[in-house]
Amino acid sequence: MTASLLGADPHVVTVGLDSFGAAPRAAGARVTPLDWRPPAGADPVLGAKLARLTAHPLVDAANEEALRRVLDVRPLWTDVVTAREALPVLAGPERVLLHAGPPIAWERMCGPMRAAVVGAALLEGWADTPEAAERLAASGGIAFAPCHDHDAVGPMAGIVSPSMPLLVVEDAGTGRRAYSNLNEGAGRCLRYGALGDDVLARLRWMGERLAPSLKAALHSLPEPVDLRSLTAQALQMGDECHSRNTAASALLLRAMAPALARQADLGGVEALDFLQDNTYWFLNFSMAAAKTATLAGHGVPHSTLVTAFARNGVEVGIRVSGGGSAWHTAPAAVVEGLYFAGYGPSDANPDIGDSAVTEVYGLGGFALAAAPAIVGFVGGTPRGARATSVRMGRITVGRHRELRLPGLDFEGSPLGIDVRAVVDTGIEPVITTGIAHREPGIGQIGAGLTHAPMECFTGALRAFPEPEQRPGPEPEHGPEHGRERAPAV
Amino acid sequence: MVEPAQMTPPEAPACAPEVHNLVRADTYVDSVALMRIASALTTLPGIAAAGLVMATPANRQQVEAAGLLAAEGAAARPNDLLIALRCPPDAVPRAVEEADRLLAQGRPDDAHGAGGAGAREDEDEPHRSLATVPGTPRLAVISTPGAYAAAEALKALRLGMHAFVFSDNVPVADEVALKREAHARGLLMMGPDCGTAVLDGIPLGFANAVRRGPVGLIGASGTGLQQVSTLLQAYGTGVSQIIGVGGRDLSEEVGGACMRDALDVLAADPATETIVLVSKPPAPGVARAVLAHAARTGKPVVAAFLGGAPDAPPGVSVAGSLRDAARIAAGLDGPAPVPAPLSPPAGERRLLRALYAGGTFAYEARLRLEAAGVKADTDARPPAPGEAPRLPGSHVVLDLGDDLFTAGRPHPMIDPAVRAPWLAAALRDPSTAVVVVDVVLGYGAGADPAGAVADVVAQERAVSGARLPHIVAFVVGTPDDPQGLDGQVRALRDVGVTVLDSSTTAADALAAAFAPVPCGTPSDRRNR
Repeated sequence: MTASLLGADPHVVTVGLDSFGAAPRAAGARVTPLDWRPPAGADPVLGAKLARLTAHPLVDAANEEALRRVLDVRPLWTDVVTAREALPVLAGPERVLLHAGPPIAWERMCGPMRAAVVGAALLEGWADTPEAAERLAASGGIAFAPCHDHDAVGPMAGIVSPSMPLLVVEDAGTGRRAYSNLNEGAGRCLRYGALGDDVLARLRWMGERLAPSLKAALHSLPEPVDLRSLTAQALQMGDECHSRNTAASALLLRAMAPALARQADLGGVEALDFLQDNTYWFLNFSMAAAKTATLAGHGVPHSTLVTAFARNGVEVGIRVSGGGSAWHTAPAAVVEGLYFAGYGPSDANPDIGDSAVTEVYGLGGFALAAAPAIVGFVGGTPRGARATSVRMGRITVGRHRELRLPGLDFEGSPLGIDVRAVVDTGIEPVITTGIAHREPGIGQIGAGLTHAPMECFTGALRAFPEPEQRPGPEPEHGPEHGRERAPAV
Repeated sequence: MVEPAQMTPPEAPACAPEVHNLVRADTYVDSVALMRIASALTTLPGIAAAGLVMATPANRQQVEAAGLLAAEGAAARPNDLLIALRCPPDAVPRAVEEADRLLAQGRPDDAHGAGGAGAREDEDEPHRSLATVPGTPRLAVISTPGAYAAAEALKALRLGMHAFVFSDNVPVADEVALKREAHARGLLMMGPDCGTAVLDGIPLGFANAVRRGPVGLIGASGTGLQQVSTLLQAYGTGVSQIIGVGGRDLSEEVGGACMRDALDVLAADPATETIVLVSKPPAPGVARAVLAHAARTGKPVVAAFLGGAPDAPPGVSVAGSLRDAARIAAGLDGPAPVPAPLSPPAGERRLLRALYAGGTFAYEARLRLEAAGVKADTDARPPAPGEAPRLPGSHVVLDLGDDLFTAGRPHPMIDPAVRAPWLAAALRDPSTAVVVVDVVLGYGAGADPAGAVADVVAQERAVSGARLPHIVAFVVGTPDDPQGLDGQVRALRDVGVTVLDSSTTAADALAAAFAPVPCGTPSDRRNR
């Protein structure tokens, strides 16, 4: 709506010098000073494109539509299947592995991802020794593809091999599916690039005992597990469902425990032993649920909604709903955080993993107000956690209906990152994440906060196809114009 | 494969650090809090490594891998808190004391300096984009560097806000496009390079505290609007609205787009009975079109287009000066009172030094002098750093607010230090007969502009005895301005400055004093 220039209740925004707010404020106007800085990385050409896209009716409508599609997804955990059963890309005779983040070749992979490739090759029996596995990968004997290209997500290195079990998440409304591997727990894990007999033994046990017992237990329930409702509860219990999944994992275990206990022959009791010690268990469910929802929002023409954000440990990349399948990448950021005893920042690999799909879905850094414990990772406070969620609300199109933040008076968690808003405000999305050792084979060494780099968003905006501008009416100053003014477009 | 971390450090320093484990039985603390405390402990002297964990099997394995597990820790149970340190024995008590202090406090200090997102942020996060300000603000005041101003203005218009663009250096093509966009949306795009507005009593940019009244002002000259509005108050009336349109609005390219939209606004404004238009010389075709538009408002219009007064359509009066525009709008009859004449140039003292902060005043003075046959220089070089300004050996009328003099520093209306060295140089110059300055009050102007002038005058008088040239000033302001009109006038008179009532009166007085043949009628007034 167009505001009349004159009349009651004036509200003025100052862009630039704050001192221009003093006189109107003293005269009784409501004044909102912007904490302005040159947008679009101070690139005036890109800034002009941003301005043309601001409040663009086609873009605004497209974003509302994309957000509606995301919000309407009700993610259900429906099954556990092996990767080759679920994903055609892994079903053929070729040796194919999925990995986290935007596409990357073996030669450029970071240490933890290479180690996870070696572990997966050993697991699949493609090689007998780590050295042979490396030779196989280096010789082109293994093909690689991003998890995201196959409706799947994997935390940290995110390596998915054909024999690994995947959890299946399905949208109750449309039947659309997304997949994630199963969480290996804390400590020495393949996803963090840890290698060794212990790691491989657990992976084998997960395929042979954990997956069958889980599958049977799940199918014995009267209905699939509603992950959105479970996530909503966990947000009330101190999780943000990315870096902290303690409550959600407990809730899921509670839901599954009796059914698992009844599957003792298949491994149900072993599964219970494993799960009671795995506070990260829910992460992969959170990720697959987020992927199911954000997938629904992808592909709306003219929409500037971010539908994927993923990192391969070298580069981070985003995808935009109306921007096709292109990744817009930047060098992976460092993670600020706390380290396990004996490790420090010099040991850390740059940001890695598909888990930031949870932020795209309004969890993690966006839901930080729900999880005061997490802000401790960067010396923050609950007040700071709330401020982070408020700030993230400045770069999203909308808010969750079901997923609410107790720390913000149960407001919905901010959802639907808008490329325009990120570039306009200079606010980079906050990510809560784990830290992997940069060398192959060691594993997790800490956890903390990082951000999605601005270059991803400026790149995406630069590439974004600008909708055809309807020709605006020429200014008319004829006698008939008089006091009548054209309505706002 | 990687070897597990060694249990002992590879090299043993003189005072060998060793591993110490302390166990707090049945003490649960959140793992993040424990990691923060561990991190804080490593900043203490002598602590090579520290780990605080709940002693679950997985955590004990982690501590062992870091070479920090001793027998006590290995025997701890999952509900026990394990403090593991690598340090010389004498560092242990201090570390444990600190650990206990931080555990008791519940929230450790920020001493480890991780900083980062979320820390120390206020919950009332300031907005950084026009697009996120809730509601629809009525108007955006834009004062960014010029390269970004057009984009911000376009955003404001797209979001349904009127725009007041103070920024300059905006390409004229952008101005044309923005004003077209604004018109199509029923919005007003004031500027770029728009200095002033007062809307329903709300001042924007540089503006005076003017009494409310029936006269609406629209202008492509900020100081011109300030002069007319303050004179309206001095003449006993007041203003309804002041709408600045930007210095280029009446150019051929822009075509008076904003002035015409602003005329529509004032035509519809019940508080406005009379409309005054102010501009430096417009493009002739644009002036005609604007005045034709003005005639259709159905309200009396007074147009003060300096240096270019086209034939006016019925209902429009053309005023030849800022002062006369205010007099006509205020309904004052008869010629403006003529002030006592300035002492004419004599002997060595023969030159005029007009040192203006307001560009419109400089323009008006040049026009009046020209009409009287007085030739004056209009430019001078800014002084090199550390040097005094050099005045030419001729009459001079300077606009010290011009970009040439303000590059990299504030406008002289804000910072009197820009003009002070010029004023001092003019007063010292033995060939100077008359110095004239403008003193602009109001919101956005300096805190004591008259005081700044008086300081220079007093200082120069002290240097040279009583032998100073004649000093003339006019003060643009009202008694309600933050600086106070009366005090500012008094400060000038106290140091011997002649204070005239307006820029026009000052220009007329200069023209009369320096004209080869004295002028008859100082101001032309037509179409009353």
